[in-house]
Amino acid sequence: MAKKVKKGQSEFSRFLYQLSKNKMAMIGLAIIVLEIIVAIIAPWIAPYGYQEIDTTALRQAPSAAHWFGTDEIGRDIFSRVLIGTRYSLSMGILATLISAAIGIVIGAIAGFAGGWADNIIMRFLDVIQSLPGMLLVIVMSAVLGSGYFNTILALSVGSIPASARMLRANMLRQRKAEYIEAAYSINCSAPRIIFRHLVPNSISANIVQMTMGVSHVIVQAASLSFIGLGIQPPIPDWGAMLSGARAFIRKSPHMVIFPGLAIAVTVLAVNMLGDGVRDAMDPKLKK
Amino acid sequence: MPRSYLEIENLKVEYFSSKETVHAVNGVNLRMHKGKTLGLVGETGAGKTTIAKSILRILPDVGSRIVEGSIYVEGNDLLKLKEADMRKIRGNDISMIFQDPMTALNPVQRVGEQISEAVKLHSDMTKEQCDARAKEMLKMVGITEDRFSEYPHQFSGGMKQRIVIAIALACNPKILLADEPTTALDVTIQAQVLDLVAELQKKFNTSMLLITHDLGVVAQVCDEVAIIYAGQIVEYGTKEQIFHHPSHPYTIGLFGAIPDMAGDDEWLHPIEGLPPDPTKPIVGCPFAPRCKFASEKCFKETPPTLKTPDGHESTCHNMDLVVKEGK
Amino acid sequence: MSEMVRVEGLKKYFPTARGLLHAVDDVTMTIEKGHTVGIVGESGCGKSTLGRTIIHLLEKTDGKIFLEGKDVSDVKGKDLAKVREQMQIIFQDPYSSIDPKKSIRDTVKEPLYVSRRYTKAEIEEKTDELMDLVGIDERLKYAYPHELDGGRRQRVGIARALALDPKFVVCDEPVSALDVSIQAQVLNLLKKLQQDRNLTYMFVTHDMSVVRHISDEICVMYLGQVVEKCPSKELFRKPLHPYTKALLSAIPSTDIDNPTKREILQGELTSPINPKPGCRFAARCPFATEACHQPQVQQEVEKGHFVRCCRVKEVN
Repeated sequence: MAKKVKKGQSEFSRFLYQLSKNKMAMIGLAIIVLEIIVAIIAPWIAPYGYQEIDTTALRQAPSAAHWFGTDEIGRDIFSRVLIGTRYSLSMGILATLISAAIGIVIGAIAGFAGGWADNIIMRFLDVIQSLPGMLLVIVMSAVLGSGYFNTILALSVGSIPASARMLRANMLRQRKAEYIEAAYSINCSAPRIIFRHLVPNSISANIVQMTMGVSHVIVQAASLSFIGLGIQPPIPDWGAMLSGARAFIRKSPHMVIFPGLAIAVTVLAVNMLGDGVRDAMDPKLKK
Repeated sequence: MPRSYLEIENLKVEYFSSKETVHAVNGVNLRMHKGKTLGLVGETGAGKTTIAKSILRILPDVGSRIVEGSIYVEGNDLLKLKEADMRKIRGNDISMIFQDPMTALNPVQRVGEQISEAVKLHSDMTKEQCDARAKEMLKMVGITEDRFSEYPHQFSGGMKQRIVIAIALACNPKILLADEPTTALDVTIQAQVLDLVAELQKKFNTSMLLITHDLGVVAQVCDEVAIIYAGQIVEYGTKEQIFHHPSHPYTIGLFGAIPDMAGDDEWLHPIEGLPPDPTKPIVGCPFAPRCKFASEKCFKETPPTLKTPDGHESTCHNMDLVVKEGK
Repeated sequence: MSEMVRVEGLKKYFPTARGLLHAVDDVTMTIEKGHTVGIVGESGCGKSTLGRTIIHLLEKTDGKIFLEGKDVSDVKGKDLAKVREQMQIIFQDPYSSIDPKKSIRDTVKEPLYVSRRYTKAEIEEKTDELMDLVGIDERLKYAYPHELDGGRRQRVGIARALALDPKFVVCDEPVSALDVSIQAQVLNLLKKLQQDRNLTYMFVTHDMSVVRHISDEICVMYLGQVVEKCPSKELFRKPLHPYTKALLSAIPSTDIDNPTKREILQGELTSPINPKPGCRFAARCPFATEACHQPQVQQEVEKGHFVRCCRVKEVN
């Protein structure tokens, strides 16, 4: 009789299990998943087009016809917030992924190569990090120009050094581990050691960093459009909506409240999930 | 009957998380006599460190629980004391030496201060008096006074452990708990440190609980020995009784598994199998699955603690059989 | 050709901020086929560095290394890969010597995969064989390291080391991190594998009772140098070097009726950085004289018994 072979529980599946037990993280995840769904089906569920103007209903407070009210040109804010989800959330996620990917590669090269290559790369990153974050984003945005993809690139540059440093630091620690010595002893090539052994064991801190980074980028994106860079009107990016509503904050606060709330809820959800990810990866909770 | 100097009665300790409960200590009875050294011998996970931490009540606040039992020192149950009273006892009447000297010292505090701080906490002496005592302790453990103001990283492993000993003995405690104090040290340094501890113990008439897995260390330093397995004491007696007439299958197995310095066997005699899973409650004797003397009773009923022919204690259903068969 | 591994004048130095660290200093020794040579010493003596340098895990600073008579001191590239397959290593710490993110099956498989000598099917078959050989239950085939205890993890390390059919295996304190009852299981396994596969072991350890049990010959190292080398039983019967005597007498014996008379060494280890010429043990040696500060020579005092001490006759 063949014995039942137990399929091993990888660290990843244990991580998922641990995460699933964290109520706050699951709420955060649910909100994000909901927003993603909204972002995808927005044009079909929005009651009005984002550019649709109703000149008879300017700066109206929330009503049955316009749940979030209208803005100064007569556009429905609810529809604009729904459609705006596409931009804010996707820019946050994409910019973070790009900066993490580039950062991990740079960090891996620097960490493994050591010596002068490591030195040059780190000094280069130092230069980037020495510029104040928001200032760098503004400068990059001005240089690259406005628009969706340019803004994503501008947003990603500032986060690359932190991501590279994180991976490099963890990799330096893992490099001395015996299982890496073992990999050399069985003739593993350098690329194999880096990508199959070192990076998987050094990357967990980066993952936590990423989930936290998304909320940071969303706020930066909103700030960019607030000052007129980044995404341009009439695209209903939440930050741009806030910017446009500045002049009317006293008489028509609803124009500020709803986009602002959208940003706040998204950032909160991402942070709750990020906290959960970090806790689930914490070795102290392991058996 | 008057209690021994330190007496543990039916101690049960658990560690718990949302997922599972670890039964670390399962009904331990232990007796320690004044001025003597009791060796507590067992392997990883047997519960030795948990017992020591329970005596000092320094188990983690969250995730651990002393389920039941009493720990009597000179007749008083430590587990019933208030935390404020316990603090007067820690470091003063009862001290502990931890296993890893590398992490037991504060890396950013001068070593002399670490000793004198211990003294200051438990006395009314002035700072100068405390420092003087600290210097005395340094000299006693074989470190020159002029190293009072140095930092831990300036010392080697063996010397760090001596500083740890100095801190532990600074207030002249009545009881010293030593948790594998020499495991992390080289054998020649181990010899120095063990000699030092034995010498100081005799000088101050301190009672010592020495936790170790090394039977050689026990032979050198201990007066009495208790063998612990899966959170229970399986055998207890004087050093001579345990070494000359081990009566519990686990003890016999331990002696058998060590390479014999005099013998010439080609193969070693390991104890087959592994210790039981501490997250599952134990029915019957915890050693039964690995025991070659096990009978049906052993898997069902908790074994009794019986007196062996030479007068020490073994917790075993089949003690007579084991004693007869020997190894 | 009965020799498996021979080193001549092997040196491994590490540059540090405070000077040159002489980890392995002018070691010459021969290891016969099928034998187990025990390397003992305390921390900083260079025993682990010696093992790693011989199998080319560390680059030697100077000296020669011979494998079955062939000079492999300076091999590179493909030749180095071939040599590595013949000389493998089992590490000390079962918790850090296998990749935590891979299943144990993947760990054992990897050397076979990397060598590119086997088809997929052959790899699967050989992996099953290896895991069975070291006694890992089939049920645990796909388990991850954190699900296993130290003894089982160490068996995984052994399976990995044997995957490429090496002739020479450095065992770097393979049982030091294990409990006593598990130690015996793993030591028996190592011995059985040696007999079945005709392996040659270099067994590095600080535990004297273990080394006595498993070795044919023993080398005692102190601060990078071999101070005594002789057949195993003879070392315990008739140690000649003062350090060996002190080392042996420091071992706490389980024979309570005959406690060893201990020769307690004074002081601490001297630094291996920029050491002065002459015997490195002189600072702590109760028999040291002026002559001890000259460079010492290894003498064959009796057949097969080598000592590096100018006062060996007076000491005994």
